[in-house]
Amino acid sequence: MKISYYPGCTLKNNAKNFEDSALYSLKHLGVEVEELPRWNCCGTVFSLATDDLIHHVAPIRNLIRVKESNSNRVMTLCAMCYNTLKRANERVKADPESLDKINQFMYREDINYEGDVKVLHLLELLRDEIKLENLAKQVVKPLKNLKVASYYGCLLIRPKEIGLDDIENPTILENIMTSLDADPVDFPYKTECCASYQTVDKPEIVADRTYQILTSAQEQGAEVVALSCPLCAFNLDHRQKETAKKYPEFKNIPILYFTQLMAIALGCPEEVLRLDLNFIDPKPILKEKGLI
Amino acid sequence: MRINISRKKIRDSFVGKVEEISGQNLLACYQCGKCSAGCPAISEMDILPNQIIRYAQLGLKDELLQSKSIWICASCFTCNARCPKGINIAEVIEAIRQILLRKREDHLKIEKLSDAEKSNVPPIAIISSLRKFTS
Ligand code: SF4
Ligand code: SF4
Ligand code: SF4
Ligand code: SF4
Repeated sequence: MKISYYPGCTLKNNAKNFEDSALYSLKHLGVEVEELPRWNCCGTVFSLATDDLIHHVAPIRNLIRVKESNSNRVMTLCAMCYNTLKRANERVKADPESLDKINQFMYREDINYEGDVKVLHLLELLRDEIKLENLAKQVVKPLKNLKVASYYGCLLIRPKEIGLDDIENPTILENIMTSLDADPVDFPYKTECCASYQTVDKPEIVADRTYQILTSAQEQGAEVVALSCPLCAFNLDHRQKETAKKYPEFKNIPILYFTQLMAIALGCPEEVLRLDLNFIDPKPILKEKGLI
Repeated sequence: MRINISRKKIRDSFVGKVEEISGQNLLACYQCGKCSAGCPAISEMDILPNQIIRYAQLGLKDELLQSKSIWICASCFTCNARCPKGINIAEVIEAIRQILLRKREDHLKIEKLSDAEKSNVPPIAIISSLRKFTS
């Protein structure tokens, strides 16, 4: 299987641990990943204003790159890229007049976009094409006795039209954890917003949310949290520093990309996991469980 | 808080502008409160999501444009997902922000952030906050 891949900017920086562990896993699962040439930042958020077309240009331009690489679908890892690319795609597919305007604006592109690219997330690829039973067969280092709470955040599942799982009770991450032989832990805050970009100028709000979300996961017995968004990861991981300052009784908990856990189970060497980029050190718990 | 309602405010072009930019029919809201019940940000808000819709119906422009809430909402779409009338509350809030931003009244002053604040956060955070909080 071959698939075009849109990384987005954060996967090349702060979330290199996300990218490297995902690419390792996909290679191991027999998927040939081809990074898009000349991709540009998607803009991170889908523009909600009905009359604002200019902000759909960035995501749509990336879909032209998909066509140019002779593909008709593209995979993302970042939840925000997924949401923005997919919503912009659905927006222009439903509104040919807007698509026409956007194409005219991009008159220097060699081809027009025709709404014929499919945007998908790695989670969908795993569930629908690779299939979790096949993933389970490839596991060489089962994540035995590791209690994992899966955190979805907002943009993988909302709004409904583009969500990749049940909008109120998604289970795809838990199912993956089960395939890796981990113990999934359910908790009520798994789809609660982490306060997102408020982290730039109002980190105290993020500290409150991080406290609520993570203590809820801990109360259910979680030892680590798995997720799929570099902004969620920053807020739930790095902002534990601010959280601990505000809530002295708060206990740190490691945050990992689900792909890091998957890569471990698939036998990935430790240096590929880039655990140095995880702020709360996951090594002690991973060592305790005999996983690294 | 004392609120004055008048025919003039209800007929103000502000109401039409919010409906146009958001693409939502404000009068569809019957004030059930479900949007506010599920909103993770209400503890920081001065006007709750259901009140935002009511204020917008009534053309309470000054109250909305000065509210803290419009900058606290992080477009998490929980309210949209749960509104029994299918109203996209997050879009209405975006429209109110847009009315200010389109007058170049930026909410986030990037030049006021220290280098440490900027270099600590990942690109995804900087870009999304600039997209939401500046024109
Ligand atoms: S959403 Fe993320 S990772 Fe995606 S391109 Fe944009 S900022 Fe960068
Ligand atoms: S949880 Fe936070 S960062 Fe993640 S998708 Fe929602 S707002 Fe974004
Ligand atoms: S959930 Fe919908 S109908 Fe109910 S108060 Fe909110 S906007 Fe109005
Ligand atoms: S989109 Fe905004 S108003 Fe709606 S639930 Fe989320 S934070 Fe609250």
